[in-house]
Amino acid sequence: MDFPILSLLTFLPLVGVAFILMIRGDSETVARNSRRTAMFVSSFTFILSFYMLLLFDPKEAGFQFVEKIEWFDALNISYHMGIDGISLFFVMLSTFLTPICVLASWKAVTKRVKEYMIAFLALETFMIGTFCALDAVLFYVFFEGVLLPMFIIIGVWGGPRRVYSAFKFFLYTLLGSVLMLVALLALYLQTGTSDMVTLMENPVARDMQMWLWLAFFASFAVKMPMWPVHTWLPDAHVEAPTAGSVILAGVLLKMGGYGFLRFSLPMFPEATEFFTPMVMWLSVIAIIYTSLVALVQEDMKKLIAYSSVAHMGYVTLGIFTATTQGVEGGIFQMISHGVISAALFLCVGVVYDRLHTREIARYGGLVKNMPKYATIFMILMLGSVGLPGTSGFVGEFLTLLGAFQVDTVIAALATTGVILGAAYMLVLYRRVVFGEQKNKDAAEMTDVDKREFIIFVPLVLMVIWLGVAPSYVMDRVAPAANKLLVNYYAAIGSEMPSNEPIKVELKKHTAKKADDHGDHH
Amino acid sequence: MSTLTLSHLSPMLPDLFLAVAGMVLLVAGVLRGNESTDFIGRATIFCLAIAAALLIGMEWSRAEILNGMFLLDPFAGFMKLLVIGGLIASVALSMQYLHQDYIVRFEYPVLVLFSGIGMMLMVSAHDMLALYVGLELQSLALYVLAAIRRDHIKSAEAGMKYFVLGAISSGILLFGISLLYGYTGTTNFALLADTLSANMSLGVIIGLVFVLAGIAFKISAVPFHMWTPDVYEGAPTSVTAFFAIVPKVAALALLIRLLFEPFSALQDQWHQIIWFISLASMALGAFSGLVQNNIKRLLAYSSIGNMGYALIGVAAAGEMGITAVVVYLTIYMVMTAGVFGVVLCMRRDGQAVEKIDDLSGLSQNSPALAYALAILMFSLSGIPPLAGFFGKFIIFQAAVESGLYVLAVLGVLTSVVAANYYLRVIKVMFFDDPADKFDSEIAFSRKLIIGFSIFVTLVFILNPSSLVEKSRAAASALFNDSHYVAAESNTDAS
Repeated sequence: MDFPILSLLTFLPLVGVAFILMIRGDSETVARNSRRTAMFVSSFTFILSFYMLLLFDPKEAGFQFVEKIEWFDALNISYHMGIDGISLFFVMLSTFLTPICVLASWKAVTKRVKEYMIAFLALETFMIGTFCALDAVLFYVFFEGVLLPMFIIIGVWGGPRRVYSAFKFFLYTLLGSVLMLVALLALYLQTGTSDMVTLMENPVARDMQMWLWLAFFASFAVKMPMWPVHTWLPDAHVEAPTAGSVILAGVLLKMGGYGFLRFSLPMFPEATEFFTPMVMWLSVIAIIYTSLVALVQEDMKKLIAYSSVAHMGYVTLGIFTATTQGVEGGIFQMISHGVISAALFLCVGVVYDRLHTREIARYGGLVKNMPKYATIFMILMLGSVGLPGTSGFVGEFLTLLGAFQVDTVIAALATTGVILGAAYMLVLYRRVVFGEQKNKDAAEMTDVDKREFIIFVPLVLMVIWLGVAPSYVMDRVAPAANKLLVNYYAAIGSEMPSNEPIKVELKKHTAKKADDHGDHH
Repeated sequence: MSTLTLSHLSPMLPDLFLAVAGMVLLVAGVLRGNESTDFIGRATIFCLAIAAALLIGMEWSRAEILNGMFLLDPFAGFMKLLVIGGLIASVALSMQYLHQDYIVRFEYPVLVLFSGIGMMLMVSAHDMLALYVGLELQSLALYVLAAIRRDHIKSAEAGMKYFVLGAISSGILLFGISLLYGYTGTTNFALLADTLSANMSLGVIIGLVFVLAGIAFKISAVPFHMWTPDVYEGAPTSVTAFFAIVPKVAALALLIRLLFEPFSALQDQWHQIIWFISLASMALGAFSGLVQNNIKRLLAYSSIGNMGYALIGVAAAGEMGITAVVVYLTIYMVMTAGVFGVVLCMRRDGQAVEKIDDLSGLSQNSPALAYALAILMFSLSGIPPLAGFFGKFIIFQAAVESGLYVLAVLGVLTSVVAANYYLRVIKVMFFDDPADKFDSEIAFSRKLIIGFSIFVTLVFILNPSSLVEKSRAAASALFNDSHYVAAESNTDAS
């Protein structure tokens, strides 16, 4: 296809930035027009991405909509974009959440609206770019570029401890990323290319893989975030404005998981196999430990932030089981969490806008004065708990299914996280929504208005739709995930575990490949 | 040598032109007094532009003249162009400041011009004597500039400090040169290279160490950096801007020339030295910058750190390494010019303010300045997609290519530490409550420089290749073995 849809998607928000920069007039007009421009541009980007989704060929395992033009030819680095089933839904998630964020900030953000909208549109460009880039250097540019607008968003529009949180977020992430940069350079110089497609097909020597894997892990683990480098997340979430938290939980955390799928597994398969037990144990610790921490939180945002770390634990667990169910479940869990946690943060935002506190104890009995809100919150809460019929169930179930195939102990321990997850979410819901109306001001809050309702409708629908009919997503994810695993097992020279009849064919194929591989040793 | 004709001197045409122009402008200034400062300033910029045009018009193929004293090759040509660009930016940034701080002296642009000629000589030096003459011409003009605000105690102190320490470093350098001369019997770079590759003694190595120490002082590399924060802080801000933008480019070019031509046989020896001062500069620049409250001191430590990064490229020692240094310096120079353009605008009620806290809430008082500085600070901390990232990227790429993994990893880690203080500037401007407004009048020339700097920082990503290609062409001149043959035949002929 000649139409450069990915570049258009990526840079359309920047065009919006240019328009917003040109807005003149008194502050009232500027604020109003900035909001409208941002809304228009981000909605249009979403529509365009939806068109891309329709054009996407679900059967194709390779990259689609590929664009490759010369960029940094002095170093043989090109502008290479393309998406496959793994990245498709992350792009969708980015374009889906940005207009929601803009709408959610419509009234909550009153100071420096122009800059705020510019920051969000720039952020959208970097997010989409990260998931579309097929050149490692280009990927790094987008991946790191995210820090700039996010730093400003937390620091300018954040809560009382925003400066500390913004610095912590920035420096933590940067520290991980610069190590990845060195590894990326080493990889580039070793192979002579920074083209990710080529790198995926030609893994480097085993010794080299170990170091490179660790450096990439440093970056992705921080971004994910995995225990014990997760401590920046609660701070960043608590202090960030609502929409900032939405993007942070909805998209930025997924960059870590995406990185594992794009770099660690395909490019360093032997190192991945070597480090798998470590990652799995870290994931289990994350699931149990952060769930326990979430149980005792008094701050709503902090609680959801810790629950995010726990949910991301399932993602890493799933991905590193290197089973079909695990990987697909991990990807699905990321998409599902992207929608649910984003929506939960918006839920917090709704009551925060009214009462300006996130303390759980200051609320109570909201079901009486805010019935619509209570209903929306309930659906999302159940989604987070992983109730069958919601999207949260599918991801958790599949990752645990994958984990049981690999290690029963780890899987059993991880499953306790489901119970703990139900515990802290139900406690949160009970304390906020049910019970007596102890606090007068909380009892006087008005229910969600029309704008807020419009924001929640697509999110709630997504949670249910993904839960009831996951196959739409799964059909598109499966070929790419399968290809990833086939290559992975071919590279480490062992047989691909499979328990689905449809995969028998592939099993033979892999076994044959593995035999060929075995001969070389 | 037979008769000296003008065509013989053609490789040094821009230098000669500037020397004559400098003297004419000096005489014109003397005759017309301090009222002519603005005119002299504009004339200086004009002359520099002509010199740049002459330089661009010339062929940069390797040519040695004056008995091998003076050399023009693609490397020298490119670095000279950088130097001239930096000089133009410095003069353009200064003119309004001179009026604001009551140092309207016609000598100012003339001194900048003379030090510029010194720098161009340094870049083109192909003999220890030419090197020393160029270096001293540059330094003497800089000493006077640092102290140009005579009635201001800090400026006088800065000038004095710079002079005393500079004189010591020149002495050290000269001592090193004399040792080298004593053990090899020559001061010519080409002959030195030949002699050193044949035999080397302990005396030569001591000489090398002294020469390196002298030059490390000029580029303010650790442990010879002590003067930098004090001089940066004390000197008038426009002079600080000049110090930060240009002299280091020339000194680093000189260092590279020395290491890869006369001392190329001593690579094992100097490699350790460069490795150490590179790491020490990065670390000290990063950690000491954390506790600064004065923006000029902060930028001094930032420049020390940045020299450390540039030295990584020197330590990488290959063609890629030098390419990286040239790219890094170019980007760094453009960013620094912009940063100082903004710092020069930090004035309240006619008084210059220098505290970082004075920038409080700048994003609300003068958003344009705040965004400009924020972009430059992000760029200095090496965050993509800004130009500063590509500078660091190519430096670390060269390091990894040469197997300097330790230096590369420690380099990126110190860059995270340094990011802390760049972010602090942004934090003060964006997150803190606004302080009083700055004076709003900003000269057009300054706006132009800041605008150019921001433009390059932002759009560099669109075409990073062209600068790398040009730098590579410049760097490859140092690694072209055939020039030794050419040099020998040239010396024979004379």
